[in-house]
Amino acid sequence: MCLGIPSKIVSIDGDSAIVSVGGTEVEASIELLDDVKVGDFVLLHTGFAIQKISPEEAQETFEILKRLGEIEDELEAEVKSRKPN
Amino acid sequence: MEKNILLGHGSGGRLSHDLISNLFFKHFSNPVLAGQSDSALLKINTADIAFTTDSYVVDPVFFNGGNIGKLAVCGTVNDLAVSGAIPKYISAGFIIEEGFPYDDLETIVSTMAEEARNAGVIIATGDTKVVNKGQCDKLFINTSGIGILEEKYRPISSGETIQTGDGILINGSIADHGMTIMAARNFGNFTTDIKSDCAALNHMIREILDAGCRVKFMRDATRGGLATVLCELAEHNNLGIEVYEQHVFVRENVRGICELLGFDPFYVANEGKVVMVVAGNDAEKALQIMKQNESGKEASIIGTITGQPKGKAIMKTAIGGTRIIDMLAGEQLPRIC
Amino acid sequence: MEYIDEFRDAELVKMLVRKISSAAHKDIALMEVCGGHTWAIQKFGIPSLMPKEIRLLSGPGCPVCVTGRKYIDQAVAYSRLPEVIITTFGDLIRVPGSTSSLSLEKSKGADIRIVFSILDALKIARENPSKKVIFLGIGFEATASSSAAGVKKAFNEQLKNFYIFSSHKIMPPAMSALIDEGIKINGYIAPGHVSAVTGTKIYEEFPVKYNVGCVISGFEPVDILQSIYMLVQQVNEDRYSVEIQYKRVVPSEGNIKAQMLMAEVFALRDDWWRGLGILKNSGLQVSEKYAVHDAEKMIEVEVEKTIEEKGCICGEILKGLKKPSDCKLFGTACTNSNPVGACMVSHEGACNAYFRFNK
Repeated sequence: MCLGIPSKIVSIDGDSAIVSVGGTEVEASIELLDDVKVGDFVLLHTGFAIQKISPEEAQETFEILKRLGEIEDELEAEVKSRKPN
Repeated sequence: MEKNILLGHGSGGRLSHDLISNLFFKHFSNPVLAGQSDSALLKINTADIAFTTDSYVVDPVFFNGGNIGKLAVCGTVNDLAVSGAIPKYISAGFIIEEGFPYDDLETIVSTMAEEARNAGVIIATGDTKVVNKGQCDKLFINTSGIGILEEKYRPISSGETIQTGDGILINGSIADHGMTIMAARNFGNFTTDIKSDCAALNHMIREILDAGCRVKFMRDATRGGLATVLCELAEHNNLGIEVYEQHVFVRENVRGICELLGFDPFYVANEGKVVMVVAGNDAEKALQIMKQNESGKEASIIGTITGQPKGKAIMKTAIGGTRIIDMLAGEQLPRIC
Repeated sequence: MEYIDEFRDAELVKMLVRKISSAAHKDIALMEVCGGHTWAIQKFGIPSLMPKEIRLLSGPGCPVCVTGRKYIDQAVAYSRLPEVIITTFGDLIRVPGSTSSLSLEKSKGADIRIVFSILDALKIARENPSKKVIFLGIGFEATASSSAAGVKKAFNEQLKNFYIFSSHKIMPPAMSALIDEGIKINGYIAPGHVSAVTGTKIYEEFPVKYNVGCVISGFEPVDILQSIYMLVQQVNEDRYSVEIQYKRVVPSEGNIKAQMLMAEVFALRDDWWRGLGILKNSGLQVSEKYAVHDAEKMIEVEVEKTIEEKGCICGEILKGLKKPSDCKLFGTACTNSNPVGACMVSHEGACNAYFRFNK
């Protein structure tokens, strides 16, 4: 619910994996996930990987945010163009 | 409710403060202790002397970047140096648990000798006690130190000459030592290459003072970390302090282990860091001298003394928000929430 | 650090703050029900960036805060048994019980060890076969699923000296109870890591029954601000739904494996929540099949009578009805070094966060 850390899978040994957070490595259980491979990012919570992190979804979130920012710029430009000199 | 001494009483936070005020100060009450600085400032004949003591009980006794002996020498040298004094003499008292390996003791003692040589201090006196197995945890060391203090540097300990506009500097990354110890305790079985920052800072500090930088205040950021120093400074001197989170450097690998355990690096112990308040116009010069020193390569100006709000240390967060930096109650504990 | 730094980008934060400010036309009360959100909001200084129309309420999302003194009293009682080793997350160590706390018992010599994971507790049980190792299971669905995995492991290994003392709870009953009590909530910032396990279905009744939207949020500033913006938009458009902001972690179905494990190892029971009283089917007890690992069933102990704290209004603070500064004890009798109520002890309890970041 709270402390969940994005960590990278460094190696796998059955139901266990070594994950890395900013260079610190720790053992984690991957038994709650299927189809995990080295290089994947997972959410680490109390020693268990509880979800995979999707790079595609992360990218999409940024696209949405970028679009939000562009709408803002467009609106600003429109307002400016309407103002008398 | 609480009649026992808890670990939290020794952690440098509020509980420690309460114990010192309500028990020790009550019985030992005198004007020297009331100054509450890292070194006691004395006048003996015509020489001003800085005098300090510290006990070292770290577990484990060996860790990446040093051992308990290195801490014992550097810690006391730094306490003298941050008072503006030139460290001269150190005493070393050892309490050793029965069965502690001789070779380990020799390694620790030779480290102490080397650190003392490098710092230019003499270990002038000492004592050794051995206690039955179980009566102490491997090895405890107490070091007391004496330094020579020039009159003009007296105000550094209290910070009484600090003014609005003065700059706040630190000589490098934070939280390295505390997290090294956490990792070394095998809690959570972390594998990491983080290293204690334990180092004697007296030569770097002396250079800054000799260069004529108007240093208004110094403190080493040990237990309780950088946040505790800032908080105490703001409260004790009724100052406004503003610090920029982005200017405080935390190493990537230290950040990683802090995130894993839920620790805030601002509250984690350092053993080779000094927080320095310098007159606004001298801050840049002091910074450059730090950067040319082995112990200050990653130094930065982290904030300023402001007019308001008085008595509070404020942090401008990396995203532009504001929050108050407060003292922790006791030690930080690994958390899940 | 990946998946953290990008979501702390100052430019994105500024943009979202601007968007929220221009979108907020009327008073909106948004509640987060996760201690991690309480902590993040305070740590990054998000309230200082909000327009006056937005009120951020902190709800009962801190498992330590909502756990009653009775649980601590029983944990303390267990710790006094000579054959017991208590394993716990650090969060519980300083929580006051009626007359003692785990930290006090530790100072008197009780074997109480802080662990990073239930897996560490299992290890301690294997290494100490003559001792009874009791794991204090607190937390909501995310942590409960890890506990379920741990208990099943113990069962399969026949690790007879391992027990769990469960205080696990589930979120939705508390979220409903708050609205049923009449607390004005225009939207829920829903807990990201609980949802990583449960998926969206546990929130589906809120838009339908109460006209209250839920946005499942991550924990970085960009996440929280984007979630706030999404909720403001829902209110403005008068359309309420369950949305996922934390898409990179939370799929709509959640983690099915973890859900099934929880359903196997735990059973629902009525449970007491500070501030809310007894909520039906809101707590998790060990199921019959795994009863050999249930400390409550297997280990007999005498527990002192619970003495509730007087004057402490943690209950009302947990419901967002009052602010910590409204409490008579705040900052005087109740401080973070001498806490009276759980909200002050817990690192992310509203009172603790308020005390440290705002006083």
